[in-house]
Amino acid sequence: MSGLGLRINKRKLKQNLIGWGFILPSLLAFGLFMFLPILLGFWYSLTDYTGLSADYHFVGFDNYVKMFQDRYFKVSVKNNCIYAVWFSVLTMLLSLMLASLLNKLLRFRKFFRISFFMPYISSMVSVAVIWKMILNPQGGPLNSVLSGIGIDNPPQWLASTTWALYAIVIVSVWKNCGYYMMIFLAGLQNVPESLYEAAALDGAGKIQQYLRITLPLISPTIFLNLVLVTINSFQVFDLVSVMTDGGPGMSTNVLAYRIYYEGFKRMNMGYASAIAYFLFAVILVITLVQFAVQKHWVNYD
Amino acid sequence: MKKKIKNSIFYMVMFLLSLVMVFPFLWMISTSFKYDTQVFTIPIEWIPNPVNLSNYVKVWTEEPFLIFYKNTALVAVCATVGQVVISAFAAYAFAKIKFAGRNFVFGLYIATMMVPWHTIMIPQYQIISRLQLTDTHLALIMGQLASAFGIFLLRQFFLTIPDELIEAARIDGAGEIITFGRIVLPQAKPALATLIIFTFIQVWNDYMAPLIYLNTKEKYTIQLGLKFFQSEHTMQYTIIMAGTVCALIPILVVFLFFEKQITSGMIHSGLKG
Repeated sequence: MSGLGLRINKRKLKQNLIGWGFILPSLLAFGLFMFLPILLGFWYSLTDYTGLSADYHFVGFDNYVKMFQDRYFKVSVKNNCIYAVWFSVLTMLLSLMLASLLNKLLRFRKFFRISFFMPYISSMVSVAVIWKMILNPQGGPLNSVLSGIGIDNPPQWLASTTWALYAIVIVSVWKNCGYYMMIFLAGLQNVPESLYEAAALDGAGKIQQYLRITLPLISPTIFLNLVLVTINSFQVFDLVSVMTDGGPGMSTNVLAYRIYYEGFKRMNMGYASAIAYFLFAVILVITLVQFAVQKHWVNYD
Repeated sequence: MKKKIKNSIFYMVMFLLSLVMVFPFLWMISTSFKYDTQVFTIPIEWIPNPVNLSNYVKVWTEEPFLIFYKNTALVAVCATVGQVVISAFAAYAFAKIKFAGRNFVFGLYIATMMVPWHTIMIPQYQIISRLQLTDTHLALIMGQLASAFGIFLLRQFFLTIPDELIEAARIDGAGEIITFGRIVLPQAKPALATLIIFTFIQVWNDYMAPLIYLNTKEKYTIQLGLKFFQSEHTMQYTIIMAGTVCALIPILVVFLFFEKQITSGMIHSGLKG
């Protein structure tokens, strides 16, 4: 009896050793580049660390207090919120529309898929460079088209404090909507055709079918996309860095750019870490709220 | 009849929209073969006359694009291999080996998906600099090794492999490593391929990590190189576009070859980023 118990224990021990052995490399990687930085970053945010000198002090929550008196920080929050709202709404609508159209079409699907996905697969830097030229107010193709169709004073885009942020929104929507479209498409393809036939027999029109059948049935996909899109909208950096460097003025300064700027340009790593944790908190809160609200509108049967 | 008309309207709308999507790429290619004076002609001269190849010559001879390519390829290959190997071992353990603390550790890993990279980049930078590795490619490679996404993706796949198959190998006396290498990995080829392609594309396209880690131009990756290339050549549209074409081509080729795998992989894995 005790011999069997010992054997089982020995077997368990061996399993444990093997299991931990297999995850050991990943533990080292996660420990050094995830868990340690997560803790260290929070610690930095409570100090006056510059990043240069090893001599720094604990300052409590001063950095967090300072943040809300910092004009630049407040502008970047405002900009990021404007960006997030426009980017999320436009991306969701456009990608859902594209997916719904694509779902109805039988031919050229591969062609459409490739052309809508191409911007997503391309690097942010290259699309930023291309769009910077397309948006060139003096003779760039976009404004040539706009003046061609009779718009007299087309926007100055990246050179204008009013338009630069919206230019970034446009490029970002163009770049990302293919990805969300593909997820929507997968959701749409799971809606059984028989439901539409039944609804058509009951005399429901196309629009009614879409509102009453399609949307409720793909609500889990809508929810997934909404979570992803909002998380991503608070991480915009590459486009801003390449296209505008946060300018003109402060007009495209967003949170991630602020963190980079304070941390690596002004060498205020303690303060930058506080902004970084603020960013994390924003994303966390928004995601939690979305999960809490979802049960009122997402349909899982 | 009515249906046919409606259908062709749908197709027209889709073609127009896909034109909007590919327009910037077409414009880029066309511009890269132009002389400066041809760039802003209206209407757009899609096939330039005369065709100018000198932009490409300049990009490859006057600019260190070849070095950028080599650097990026080195980083992308090493980071991909490292991440996939580490993730595969961990994912197998999480899927098929019962050990104490398994769910806890897996939960911790998955939780890191919630943390944006911007939140940890400063402390990560400090760790790398403590290891004296700033301005090296190793810094970029190491930063890619911990991937909750990779582990999650592979674990999902390993879970679909029947336990009986693995038990049988174990009973035959095969050690865990042999079982993993001979039985499990060959079955997981599609999932491994998906992860390899994703990671490669992601590392190739990465901009922010090279931006904070690299200072020496000879060590730049292609994205960082392109960013500085375009700020050094302001207003020289044709050369910048030729450079952008060169930076984009490898990824577009990978994409066109593995289109099906990439799109379906992205969707079925559910999350990315």
